[in-house]
Amino acid sequence: MRLGRKILFTHFLVTHRAVPRLTRRAVLPLGRGVSLLLLLLMEHKSDSSTEPSSNSFLDSSGVSSRRDFIGRLAAISAGLTVAVPLVRSPAGDAIRRDRVDPGDKPDGNNSLDCALDVNGKKVKLTIDTRTTLLDALRDRLGLMGTKKGCDHGACGACTVHVNGARVLSCLTLAVMAQNKKITTIEGLAVNNELHPVQASFIACDGFQCGYCTPGQIMSAVACIEEGHTGSDTEIREFMSGNLCRCGAYPNIVDAIKVAAAKMKGGVS
Amino acid sequence: MRPFEYGSALDVADACSKGTGQASFIAGGTTLIDLMKLEVMNPSRLVDLNNLPMRGIAMDDKELRIGTLEKMSAVAADPIVATNYPVISEALLQSASPQIRNMASIGGNLLQRTRCGYFRDTSTPCNKREPGAGCSAIHGENRMHAILGTSESCVATHPSDLAVALVALDASIRLQGAQGYRWLKLEDFYLLPGQTPDKENQLQSGEIITEIYVPRLPVARKSTYVKVRDRASYEFALTSAAVGLDLDSATIRDARVAVGGVGTRPWNLPEVRQALIGKQLGEELFRSAAKLSVEGARPLRDNGFKIQLVQSTIVRALMNLGGLA
Repeated sequence: MRLGRKILFTHFLVTHRAVPRLTRRAVLPLGRGVSLLLLLLMEHKSDSSTEPSSNSFLDSSGVSSRRDFIGRLAAISAGLTVAVPLVRSPAGDAIRRDRVDPGDKPDGNNSLDCALDVNGKKVKLTIDTRTTLLDALRDRLGLMGTKKGCDHGACGACTVHVNGARVLSCLTLAVMAQNKKITTIEGLAVNNELHPVQASFIACDGFQCGYCTPGQIMSAVACIEEGHTGSDTEIREFMSGNLCRCGAYPNIVDAIKVAAAKMKGGVS
Repeated sequence: MRPFEYGSALDVADACSKGTGQASFIAGGTTLIDLMKLEVMNPSRLVDLNNLPMRGIAMDDKELRIGTLEKMSAVAADPIVATNYPVISEALLQSASPQIRNMASIGGNLLQRTRCGYFRDTSTPCNKREPGAGCSAIHGENRMHAILGTSESCVATHPSDLAVALVALDASIRLQGAQGYRWLKLEDFYLLPGQTPDKENQLQSGEIITEIYVPRLPVARKSTYVKVRDRASYEFALTSAAVGLDLDSATIRDARVAVGGVGTRPWNLPEVRQALIGKQLGEELFRSAAKLSVEGARPLRDNGFKIQLVQSTIVRALMNLGGLA
């Protein structure tokens, strides 16, 4: 039963509310027996993956992602339900909305070798010059924790740290992020121990659907490190670049205060 | 986004030679990448300026000098700027979001494009995007648009808060091109739309803004930026005011006033300044001086409220500075 417990730890924790919701929706109509079957199938897949893709952070650690899980779930439920076409999840469609079309192959001048340092791991990619850091992280490196919200710098869902500063990965070209230290939500936890901000978001219920949460957490870590937690007003001002459509703001402010107190007290 | 070549400039001369024709310079990219995704801007080549030495924030007895590759967040937090030019620091901190301020260069901030929704929407006519196509905003949704400096061709506002603060303080910029360098007053750098709203400033092909100069002025030390928005943060201005006062107890020795959110370029108000100089601080004075700000204003269907709002914004800023609020 390796996989059930080893769904990438931070990734799972920052989105754990979304997972049961999506899973429930998909699994419940199938009944418990099928659910069990699914989990067994997933474990089988996980245990049998012996040739991880060199560019996949998830595969190389032998861990399957929530996206893989939902994808397989969709395939299996489509197989079990007569005459229901296999469709991609709405989230999947949204993610592909602005991606560089693979059919739109660039000529030699528009593709570049790109070396990135992500969460302490160095990777080399050949990319279209148009590839944003966000798309490189998600589509090429399999780091799905960083979310694509508006894709135009208006929502903050794609926030990552570059050389320690919070930035928007949707407005950053991957080629321009070379030779810099990139940290994503997947890189926050140390040895499976949650970062204090991750822990306080869970403790304070700082989210509802969870989609904005990785961006909120990355922004909150920077907000605390920058010293902008003197008051609720200051926290709100310096977290204004991260929108939450569920309106979890009061709990997010609480989570930041709790984490800031812990981090200042040297507890991490 | 359309395909493009990418390359990094080795030095300023290299940048000037590469940055011509269909090329665009890129520093922070927060405006450019957004507009390239919308296919409003379609450069065939990007020239990355980030390896150039246009950095540093320093002040001597004459002026403040800021390298244009400095990030908005760095300039806003700089103690020299915050102490001697609070209006610059405040204008920056009320701009965009912390993430964008960490990315955007202040040179790029001065060159950011308008937020007019029609400019950003390639399915509607826009003279700024496509000269001669027509203006959708004049008879369209124009609540956010300008009331000063407009023409039959364009009513879009200039979006930069920083530029409003710099224009108020008589800032200059240093421009470097293949033929050499030149200085311009920032206010003169920006052009009124007239019949050519696609031409927003005096920047020539291949030219780069390398440095910003702000003179040391007593009015700069006692200065502030008030911004009125549809939401409390992370929003462009409905109206804004950059104001500086030099006081001899309650007498105004010198003043500076410029406004944003209302003009097709950062809007300096020398006539308001003149109405304040030599007078005693007071709300009545502020109100009568602020009235001069909207002389010649041409409100559109949805933005008539800006005529009153911009006056109140100026008065609020003056009251705050004068300790009367």
